Order: sequence, then structure tokens, then C-alpha cells
Amino acid sequence: MKEITNTILRLGQCLTALGAVAGLSACGGIHNAINPAGPQAGNISKVWWLMFIVCSIVFLLVMIAVLLALRKRTPESDLAAPMLEPSAQQERQRRNVVITAVTLTVIVLFVFLLASYSAGRSMTAELDKKNGLAIEVTGHQWWWEVRYLDVDASNIFMTANEIHIPVGVPVTFSLRATDVIHSFWVPNLAGKKDLIPGKVNTIWLQADKPGVYRGQCAEYCGLQHARMALWIVAEPQDQFNAWRQNQTQTSYTPASDSQRYGQQVFLSSTCVMCHTINGTPAGSNIGPNLTHVASRKMIAAATLVNTREHLEQWIKDPQIFKPGTRMPANNLAEGDMQALLDYLQSLK
Amino acid sequence: MSHEKTHRESESKKTTITDEELAEVMAHEKDELERTWAHPRGVVGWLSKTDHKVIAMRYIVTAFVFFVLGGIEAALMRIQLARPDNHFLTPDQYNQIFTVHGTTMMFLFAVPIMTAMGIYLVPLMIGARDVAYPRVNAYGYFVYLIGGILLYAGLMTNTGPDAGWFAYVPLAGPAYSPGKRVDIWAQMITFTELSGLVGAVVIIGTVFKMRAPGMSVNRIPLFVWAQLVTAFMIIFAMPSVMLASSFLASDRLIDTHFFNPAEGGDSILYQHLFWFFGHPEVYIIFIPALGFISPIIIAFSRRRIFGHLVLVLSLISTAFIGFGLWVHHMFATPIPQMGQSFFSAASMVIAIPSGVQIFCWIATLWGGKLNIKTPLLFVLGFFAIFVLGGLTGLMLASVPLDLQVHDTFFVVAHLHYVLIGGSVFPLFGAFYYWFPKWTGRMLSERAGRWNFWLMFIGFNLVFFPMHQLGLNGMPRRVYTYLPETGWGTLNLIASIGAFVLASGVLVFMINAFWARRAGAVAGDNPWAAHSLEWSIPSPPPNYNFHNMPVVQGQYPLWQATEDAPVVRGLSTSKREALVTSVMDAEPELRFEIPGPSIWPFAVSLATAVMFIAGIFTPWAFLVGAILAGAALVAWFFGDPNYENKSARETGERSQSVSPPRELQPKEV
Repeated sequence: MKEITNTILRLGQCLTALGAVAGLSACGGIHNAINPAGPQAGNISKVWWLMFIVCSIVFLLVMIAVLLALRKRTPESDLAAPMLEPSAQQERQRRNVVITAVTLTVIVLFVFLLASYSAGRSMTAELDKKNGLAIEVTGHQWWWEVRYLDVDASNIFMTANEIHIPVGVPVTFSLRATDVIHSFWVPNLAGKKDLIPGKVNTIWLQADKPGVYRGQCAEYCGLQHARMALWIVAEPQDQFNAWRQNQTQTSYTPASDSQRYGQQVFLSSTCVMCHTINGTPAGSNIGPNLTHVASRKMIAAATLVNTREHLEQWIKDPQIFKPGTRMPANNLAEGDMQALLDYLQSLK
Repeated sequence: MSHEKTHRESESKKTTITDEELAEVMAHEKDELERTWAHPRGVVGWLSKTDHKVIAMRYIVTAFVFFVLGGIEAALMRIQLARPDNHFLTPDQYNQIFTVHGTTMMFLFAVPIMTAMGIYLVPLMIGARDVAYPRVNAYGYFVYLIGGILLYAGLMTNTGPDAGWFAYVPLAGPAYSPGKRVDIWAQMITFTELSGLVGAVVIIGTVFKMRAPGMSVNRIPLFVWAQLVTAFMIIFAMPSVMLASSFLASDRLIDTHFFNPAEGGDSILYQHLFWFFGHPEVYIIFIPALGFISPIIIAFSRRRIFGHLVLVLSLISTAFIGFGLWVHHMFATPIPQMGQSFFSAASMVIAIPSGVQIFCWIATLWGGKLNIKTPLLFVLGFFAIFVLGGLTGLMLASVPLDLQVHDTFFVVAHLHYVLIGGSVFPLFGAFYYWFPKWTGRMLSERAGRWNFWLMFIGFNLVFFPMHQLGLNGMPRRVYTYLPETGWGTLNLIASIGAFVLASGVLVFMINAFWARRAGAVAGDNPWAAHSLEWSIPSPPPNYNFHNMPVVQGQYPLWQATEDAPVVRGLSTSKREALVTSVMDAEPELRFEIPGPSIWPFAVSLATAVMFIAGIFTPWAFLVGAILAGAALVAWFFGDPNYENKSARETGERSQSVSPPRELQPKEV
């Protein structure tokens, strides 16, 4: 059985490669629905290849039938008289062909339906047993609040826009929203689920290969819907444990004068009104939690690579990158800015 | 006066009349019909016209203007998305434009133009002099026009709606869309839905009660069936979205909290109400197009259609199943798998009637004597594009696969394949097919071929790469994307294709402008087609049919015998129509059709006051209702044909002509 599936998969990849010749980019990539990195996306991609191949054949057959119909040309002089009583025998043949085609259609639809039911079942079955790791994701305009749940309260922590998961472990996501509807979608790992205010939606996924997978909000959520992405970093269990260990700590205590001054800048400016840094008086949850901001690869909901330059530009005027974002421009003196950057970059 | 006497004398002498006398009577009757059905003049007259052909042509031209505007919006979006991190449009502009593009194409272009084709052609195909409710029909047009102007007035004043054509709450609710943008959207929906409902009622009344004698249910043309089925779908689907948009408007205006979860409302309820309309909407756009395809295939394959009854049943079953699919727009919401499975199955099952129709048409082509002219070319284009779109539709019906491609560019590709392939291509075919009837002139065949190939190639260039973009993770409704995503190349191809597609539409517009003045003269029946509209002059006279025909088969003109009977005895001095029975179209009674009136326009203005002022204050509904009520009273109690008095007075005289009771032209 597995061999057949693999053959189908390979065949499908060949067809995609054919598409690539025509200038289309082949599968691959870190946000690709048909480059699965886990069982959820894997099941779906099998349904995809089944339907893609069967549908391609159906399409070709219908087009051939149409083209063959065009083959016969009638001289202009014969066009005047309409055929009101076509020969009964030909009509009977036609009827048989149409009935056969309809029967095949019904069969194909049944196959599709069964394939998608079984894929659907395998995706939602035993959801309650998939409790390897539980994460709560809350959608905000326009970023992702991430809370790692645990029976041990000291293991609960918050982060934003970057979700680390251990490879080979099923992860259950509880999806919530506080403002408008968003949709959580990491194509390499699973299909999408909506985050709806007032409701909890659940999805589980699992990464079988270590890697970085990109996700993006899929439900139109306002002005900056386009700039609301996230990363899922799948890493081996020990790396993940180390990362989690670090995340559960309170923030790094400033060591240099500049960092200490930067912390003062943070705490005495508007930053503190929206952001949290554990271990400091900053404790507001309007914006992303910055306790370990320097450990993240990206900022601004996976819009900018987390470099000093980007961080500086972002703090100065976020509206350039994300017009309409809730974060205002910050007119800090040059010295204050550099100290603030020193401090933020120390928050590993 | 003198020849009247001659008539009376001749009649008293003989039981039959000579050819010359007959011609004279006919000419006289035509004169009188011209006068009775004359259009009123002047500005007030222009606003008072009720001729279904005039109203339909206004609809078609207006809807085409909106099609071009929606196309310009699409081009702006394609420029913006041509390369990553583009700054051609601001996010705010982009969001307004994509919302207005969707809203325009769905509400201001597709539904109205499909209804308009029916309003123009249904009476001609069933042998009627006008639609059943011509004044209501005129009202529908004005309401639609005002709704369209409202939307674009909003866009021009930077209050274009920006919450998507679906306006999901809470994003479209009072908390996250302050200002009046969404209110404009909600009220525009009310206008266009009202006009859609009105059009549906007109079509149903006309098809049920005004068919020519002999056009029993089994002889109703497929075009008319498609219009009838669509009209019923409109009547069941539109109230749902009117409810959704009205609840939304009242949430915004008077804090009703229908959709506010914090106060016990439900945002998913909005999605159910919207898609209970929204999915049938697709079929409301698509089924009339199926009605264009059948007559075109019949005319250009020169044979009876294969499987007439099966095609009718497919239309009807599509309409029924079409109401059972809406949840496939909501698979990502927390709806239990059991519930989703039902809608998944229904979404697959609807492929069966579509497949049956495609197979029947191909079977017709197979056995036909093909005459490949532009209308047929567009139908062939429909096969290629629509079949592909239908197949990707099956993928969206599969719950797991839908969860991957839902709300991505894959869906953008799919929906344009089914809507442009399924509706716009047949519509352009229909333009080429019926333009001669509308104007008396033929569109250029050569330009038609350019038009087709530019549109066909352009279309596939724009939308085929979008399938891949969707699988590659590009969500819908994004104003830009990062260069690192690798979506740039395919987007660039799509943007180039958009301009090829647009140039195809431009060729059509030039062709139409040119042909109206300089196209070859068409004659009554340039395609030697079978249905009744081709039996009358092009363009048709105001009264459509001098003598109402008696239908002898499914293909009236092809099956008409030499001595085909006609209906006599309808007044030529009054706007009289024959009402026939629903099933067998047996004559029941004569009925005076209301003529031109300014009141439908007045009521539409009162409606406009109610809905537009209703954006700002609930008091508008009180004032508007009083105004509309007053105008309706005048409408109902006025003389049914007061503008036509003069024609009626001159008509009294001609009553005495008493034309022969039974016409048997060839017997003399």
C-alpha cells in the first residue's frame, strides 16, 4: 500500500516538475501545502495528489472530446437546414456515452469523498489524546500571542510570533481571538483553522522534520492582514527543552551601563504601556511580550529580520513597515535609542 | 376614413379578403401598435419608460460600465501585486479596492446583467409583448442604479467599504470598522438585493403567465428555464443576505448586538446567513449563463439539443443542491466534522448535474453541423475554463484539502475560473449572438476572434498561476508580500495576463461601438436560429410581436408549418397582453399591461432617501417609508395608462375596422 502511495506521490512530483518547465515553481519551500513536513499536511497532500491526477485526466478527456467534436467541418451550403430528427441509432449511441460518462463521474466523486473522509478522520481522530504539548495562540490585529500551557505553572510562559515545537511530538493548539477573526495556517504542517472571538478552535499538528516553517494569517483581518505572519521552529527535543528552559526564565538582567540605561529608557517611555518584560515593572499585554525578544528570528509578526538596524527603524517609525499598526512612532534621542537597542538585544 | 368604409363593404360581401386588403389591415394595425406602445418623450418621459427592452438595455449598459470599473480595480490590484513590497497602492487603498472589486463584480455586474438578459429576451422568446410587471421592472432598475452610484460615491470620497465583499463581523462591526464605510456596503447590498428580487418576480410572473399559446411547459426554451430557475433561487437566497446586511447595519447604527459575542451575539451566525445567500449567488450568476450556452449550441451545431429534458432537470437540481453547500466556505470554523461531511458531500454531488450538462452539450456538438462563429467560440472557451474551475471546485469540497487551500490564491483562481469561465465567457458569446437582435447590426467576426483569443489567453495567464501561488502559501486579500516568499514571478505573470485580458475586453467595446453604426445589417434571423425572438424585426418594435405567435414545438421557427396560426383579437389601441395558463399555456384572459409612469422612479427616490439617510439616522426609515408610501399610492391609484391617453383616443376609431377573425393568408 505504502509503495502505491509513494508511486502516486512520485508521479505527482513529476507532473509538478512538468509544470515547473512551464515556468511554475515546483514544490519545496517553507510555506508550501504540497511539501508536507508532518502527518497532517502529509495526509492532505495525499488527497491533493489523488484529486490532482484524477482531475487532470478528466480534464484532458473532456478537452479531447470537445476537440474531436470540432474535427468535422460542414460546408457552408449544408448549414441552412437544421437537423430536427437526428438518426435514432446515433442518438442511442450518444445516450450510452453520456450515461457512461455520468456513471464514471459518480464513481470518481465517491472515491474523492471517501478519500477526503478518511483523511479528515485521521486528522481529527484522537484529538484529546494528542497532548504532547499544548499551546494557546491568540490572534491580535496584527500579531500572534503565544502561550505555552503546562500542568506545572512554572513552565507556563508567553511569547509572540515564533513558536518552537519539538520534532515528532503532537502539538495541540487552542486558537482564540480577542478582536476580529484570524486564521492560523502553517501550510507545511497542517490546514488552517480560524481564531474566532468568543470561541475556542482546536487543531493539532506535528513536525516530523526539523526546520523552520512559515505561516500567515489566512482570514482577512483588516488593514495589515498581509503583515501577520509567524514562524514555527521545529527542533529536536533537547534543543526544544533548552529553548523552553530559557523562555521560562525572567528576563536577562542588564549587565552594562548602556543596557541599564536602555532599560530605564524602556520603562520611562511609551514602550511600557503596551509591552511586558518579565522581571521588570513592564507588564502590559497590548503588544507582544518582549521578555526574550532577542531570541526571536523576526520582528513585527515575521515581517522584518531581527537585526539591530531593523529594530531601530521599527521603533522609530513602525508605520513605514506596517501602516496602521497599533505601535506609534517613537521619537527618542539618539543616545537613548542606542541604549534601548543595547538593552533589547540583550534580552536573549 | 375612406378605406375604412371599403373594408366594411368588402367584408360584408366576402368571407375572405384579398392579399392587398390584408396587407393594408396589417399596416394599419402596425401603425396603431406603434402609437399605442410609443415611448413617452422628454426627460420625464425618459424616466417613465417601462418597455422591457429599454429597461433591460439600461441594465446591460450600466452593468457593463460596472464591469469595466471592477476590471480597472482588478488591474490596479494586479499592478500592486506585480512585485513584492510594491508601494503603488497604500494598504488602505488596496483594501478598499479589493472590497469594491468583489462587491461590484458580484452585486453590480454579474447578477444584474444576467437578470437583464432575461428581462430583454424572455418576453421575446415566449412571444409576449412586455414583461408581466413593467413598472415594477423599471423600479428595479432605478434602485439598482442608485445602489451602484452609492458604492462608487463612497469610493470616490474615501469611504469605500474595506471589510471585504463578505464583510465578516466583528471586522465589519462597529468596533473594528468605525466610520461609514461598511454602512455604505450594507445599504448598497439592500439596494441591489431589492432590485434582484424585483427582477426575479418579474421573470417568474412573465414566464408563468405570459407564454404564447402552444408553449406548454415541455416547450419552454432552455434559456427561459435557466432564467426561471435563477429567479426562484434569487427569491430564496436574497432575503438571507438582506437579513445579514440589515442586522449588520442595525448593529452599527442602533447597537443591536446581533453579531457581538460579548453581548450574546454570534459572529458565525453572520457567516451562515451570508453564505446561505453567498453560495447560491454563484449559481444565480452561473445558471443564466447555462441558458445562453444551449441556444448558442443549438444555433451553431444546427441540430436539436441532445437531452432537453435532462438539461432542464439538471438546472433545477443544481438550484436545489446549490442551497446545501454554503458551509464549505466555513470549514475552518469550529463546525463538527459530521456536519461538515454533509456539506462536503453536497458540494461534490453538485458536480453531477454540471457534468450531465457538459456531456449533453458535447454530445450535441458531436452530432451537429458545426458553424464555428464567435458565439460558439466563447462557448468552447467556456468548456475549457469552466471544466477546470469545476474540478478545482471538487478540491474545495473536500474538507481536508479545503483547509489547506481555503482563503488562498488557489480559491481566487478557482472562483475566477468558474465565474469568468462559467459566466463571463458565455455572456460575451451571448453578446455576439444577440447583438444583431438588439441593434439590427452584426458585430465584426474578425474582431470577435481577436476578442476571444485575447480574453482566453489573458484569462489563463492571470489565473492559472494563482493555483500554484495558493499552494505555495499565498493568502488572499493581502496588499503585498515579502520578496523572500518567492511569490514574485508568478504574480508578475498574472499581472501581465491581466492586461492581455483587459485588451480583449477593449476589443469588444470598440467592436460594439463600431458595429452599432457600421456593422453589417443583420435582418430578422442572421443565425437561422430556432427561437421566437428571431421571428421579429431587429431591433424589435416596441410591441415586440404584431401577432402573438402560436408555438408548435420546442424549436418554434424550425418546426413552424407553412400555415402556422397566430393569435388574433388582442387590442391594438390598448397595451393588451394575453394571459395563459401555467402548464399548457392555454389562453385565459386578456390583460392590459401598465404603460409608462414616472411613479416607479419616484418610489425609487423615496427608497433611496430611506436607505441612504438610514446610514446616518434611524429616523430616515420613518421619513422614507412615508415618502415611499405616498408615491406608491399615486402609483397604484393613477390611471394605468394615463400617458397613453392620446394613443387610446385615436385607437377608438380603429376599433371599427374589425379585422378578420381568423387569418389564413394563403387561402385566398
